[in-house]
Amino acid sequence: MLMLSRTAAALYWLGRYVERADFTARLVEATVRLDALSARPAGEAAWQSALAVSYTEESFAATGQAVTQANVARFLTLDNTHPGSIVHCLDMARNNARAVRTALTREAWTAINRAWLMFQNRASTGGSTATLNLLEQVKGETRGFEGAIHRMLRNEATLLIQLGAAVERADNTARLLDVKYHILLPEGEPVGGAVDRDQWTTILQTVSAVTAYRWLYRDGLTPANVIDLLISRFELPRSLAACVEEVVQLLSAVAKRTGLQGEADRMARARLSRIQKTRTSDVIVSGLHEFLGAFIRENALLDGAIARQFRFV
Amino acid sequence: MRIAVDHRTHYRFSEPQARIVQMLRLTPTDTQDQTVVSWSIGVDCDARLRHGADGFGNAITMLYAEGPIAALDITVIGEVLTMEAAGVIRGSHEPLPPLLFLRTTPATTADAALAAFAAEAAAGEPLDRLHRLNAAFHARFPDVADVRDRGRGAAEAFGCTAPSSREAAQMFLAAARSLGVPARYVSGYRSDGSAHGAPHGWAEAHVAGLGWVGFDPATGLSPDESYVRVAIGLDAAGAAPTAGTRSGSGAEELDVDVIAEPLGREE
Amino acid sequence: MAASGAFDEIWGHGGPEAPRPEFAALSQWIADTPPAELQRRQQAAEQAFRQLGITFAVYGDSEAAERIIPFDIVPRIFLADEWARLSEGLVQRVQAINAFLEDIYGDRRILAEGVIPPELVLMNEQFRPEVAGVRPPHGVWAHICGIDLVRTGPDEFFVLEDNARTPSGVSYMLENREAMIRLCPELFRDFRVAPVDSYPDMLRQTMQSVAPGGNANPVCVVLTPGHFNSAYYEHSFLADSMGIELVEPADLVVDDDIVWVRTIAGRVRVDVIYRRIDDDFLDPLAFRPDSMLGVPGLIAAYRAGNVAILNAPGNGIADDKAIYSYMPEIVRFYSGGEAKLPNVETYRCREPDALKYTLDNLDKLVVKLVDGSGGYGMLVGPTATRAQITEFRAALEAEPHRYIAQPTLALSTVPTVTEKGLAPRHVDFRPFVLTGSDGVRVVPGGLTRVALREGSLVVNSSQGGGTKDSFVLLDQGAGAA
Repeated sequence: MLMLSRTAAALYWLGRYVERADFTARLVEATVRLDALSARPAGEAAWQSALAVSYTEESFAATGQAVTQANVARFLTLDNTHPGSIVHCLDMARNNARAVRTALTREAWTAINRAWLMFQNRASTGGSTATLNLLEQVKGETRGFEGAIHRMLRNEATLLIQLGAAVERADNTARLLDVKYHILLPEGEPVGGAVDRDQWTTILQTVSAVTAYRWLYRDGLTPANVIDLLISRFELPRSLAACVEEVVQLLSAVAKRTGLQGEADRMARARLSRIQKTRTSDVIVSGLHEFLGAFIRENALLDGAIARQFRFV
Repeated sequence: MRIAVDHRTHYRFSEPQARIVQMLRLTPTDTQDQTVVSWSIGVDCDARLRHGADGFGNAITMLYAEGPIAALDITVIGEVLTMEAAGVIRGSHEPLPPLLFLRTTPATTADAALAAFAAEAAAGEPLDRLHRLNAAFHARFPDVADVRDRGRGAAEAFGCTAPSSREAAQMFLAAARSLGVPARYVSGYRSDGSAHGAPHGWAEAHVAGLGWVGFDPATGLSPDESYVRVAIGLDAAGAAPTAGTRSGSGAEELDVDVIAEPLGREE
Repeated sequence: MAASGAFDEIWGHGGPEAPRPEFAALSQWIADTPPAELQRRQQAAEQAFRQLGITFAVYGDSEAAERIIPFDIVPRIFLADEWARLSEGLVQRVQAINAFLEDIYGDRRILAEGVIPPELVLMNEQFRPEVAGVRPPHGVWAHICGIDLVRTGPDEFFVLEDNARTPSGVSYMLENREAMIRLCPELFRDFRVAPVDSYPDMLRQTMQSVAPGGNANPVCVVLTPGHFNSAYYEHSFLADSMGIELVEPADLVVDDDIVWVRTIAGRVRVDVIYRRIDDDFLDPLAFRPDSMLGVPGLIAAYRAGNVAILNAPGNGIADDKAIYSYMPEIVRFYSGGEAKLPNVETYRCREPDALKYTLDNLDKLVVKLVDGSGGYGMLVGPTATRAQITEFRAALEAEPHRYIAQPTLALSTVPTVTEKGLAPRHVDFRPFVLTGSDGVRVVPGGLTRVALREGSLVVNSSQGGGTKDSFVLLDQGAGAA
């Protein structure tokens, strides 16, 4: 029998939430390093931008706390009162996983369950070392989950989890670039001007691209190269181009197995052909913020099309 | 008596509904003194209707409709031939024993006041005391109308004035059961030729040696040939003409229009 | 109440030095395995259960939502001939339950003949007039029964309770066995243990056998209230091990009196539903007009004969406490013979003699409300205070028909790992019996629950109960292997 609509929705969201938990872990980790390693303390601005990247500025402001490492790290990691924290993502991931347990292998389920168990009855992240340890564990479990997914049958279940992850990843990378770029380049500042090495390294760390950057760009760290890497390079798994391509491939693979093709496939293919033609230099000239804003909106539309195509509701 | 029934139910939804599933108890069945001459249920959208029966022996129509549905009209038109039987039900299909109808439901639970009222009103032989009880309800609540009510249970409604016919019937059920008499709710029509906002509701009680006998606290009398029995249940909800579920958000507006008129007497 | 004096299933009445002859080998294994090693294995099992998320409550214990139930590593053992006798009794009882349900929702012969007082059935909330007159596909009502048994001696088994609605615990039977095979492989070399892992296949076969219209390749699903339900693990485990879909009410739609499941490519027709949802929440149109849960129209589809529902709606009347005391008469009425598995002796206080006996012996009896409502709980005579007994006496005299009384039983014990080493602990047992159109099957095993507190007779998971694996031997046991 074909997959239940509800199962499809839960798998897709499982993929999204695990990806979001992993991304938030990387974001907090990179920000802790930035704070600790910067020649001058990165301080409030760094943590403010972490909040902006994770869509949690407003909910953090509502807590009335000061923007400090301890507060924001705890907020983004352990605070279950808002949807942007790692613990919330893992809660949601586990709920979705529980709802589709029969579609998962034991290995995939236990990875999620172990990650979730790490957060039970934990009130504080502790100092920055403890925080980094906890984040390292989260990443370990999400990597374990990804590995388990890769070892699952290449069926609709696996493909939908990966589809959710790819859609989420595209949003995360776009958001990261948009917020950081905004902060780093106050209006009027020319691209390619003075580079805040630590800040740009933070971006690369968040998307695990420090080494990739060195391989692909021999001419040192420049904002234009970082932007190029994160938008256009298909080789980098977290780049917009790679996510867009992956979404197309995953949708085709689902179509091949189920015969279901539609609006989401068309929308994803059109987006791929556009991004193949996109040149980073043009984007920078015509406005990176506008480009990324449009991308994020289009990604949300695609999410809606996927929900309709697979009858999530 | 030949009676024409025209019963319309209109639903309006503030937002279109994806699906509607309804269970309709809108079809009368034949007894020795009631013959259904013609009967039809019409729906104004593309819906599937399936006919069956429930455990109480009521005729059931399941209505299945796919959305988007912004409004739904259910129209029942029919003609029934009735005969005077002093309220005694003869020849009805009775799949369940009378004892079952001693059960109380939340809407038909007597409180101390209602039980005391029942005990005081109902003295004498089994049949007599039920007539006395019925008359006592009518004396206490002379104005009972077929209107949409707030769905008050028997005990709550007993403390108020001007109950609906459905509430009055539920009070009767609670009272009769508190006396150890099996009693059940009847939903149907009373042909007075005027328009009402709801079908009529009354009660039937089981009298040993006689069987089921109708009592209408709205009149203080037993139903006569101007009544059409449609469905029975343990309480009003259990015999409700329509019970429905819908998939979709938004509010719902319900409008009911009932006319039952006498077409003349068959000789 | 203490364990001393009770029959121990391994040690008999003699203690560790003088086990029952058939259990010498197991007793030896216990003696040879250091307590620390037993505890280590037990912790390994519990760790595995936690990681797998095997968390649930056996009897609707809402507090246990995310808890595991303690596992005891020492198995409970049934010899082949003990099991054969038990099975016969179980088959007979379940056949009688099915015949009773068929009758009670049909002709009600048993009431007409005065075997059971009619009001006990007709005025019982568990008798569902909504499904009166329905004959389920192939005439099977109680497809999956869990019969709770207690034991007081080598050959003394009693039925404590029948479960003909949605008995749970079978996933424990299977997971406990998995854990035992992994952690104590030597036991499976030394003993010939009947396998239980065919249960999912048997269940699936049972489901397929009752498909309407004899569909050879029916679509079967497990219906769960959702993943917040305390027994969700078991629901998903069963669906998974049968290889069928686990669905929630919102996944199902009824159209044209046919049940469909919503898939990514549209609707697929459903033939057989193993539901793990109470009657009240199955179909808001039929049972609870105030509830929005459930599948609207499901009962209409069922009435139309278009879907099989396991277990049948309305089964609650068969395992009701008020009906329980009539089970011996019910078995006799439908089978023509005496019940092979006796009830615990039960005094129906509705009967004057029984009431008198109960009132005279309140300090020795357990008194229970038959309808379980009212919040008076129950009276355990031997441990009750004088005030409690006085209070119950008054309640009994006022409404005797609402009560039954039973003697307090000396439940059997099985050696169990405790902080102070091995010690006897009281147990009960729930075997599972499957009924399809092709016959009745008893799975050779079940769920053993153990009261972990010394002397306690309460095996419920909410009150410090644990579980054990239950071995059914293919032979008569042996001396030391």
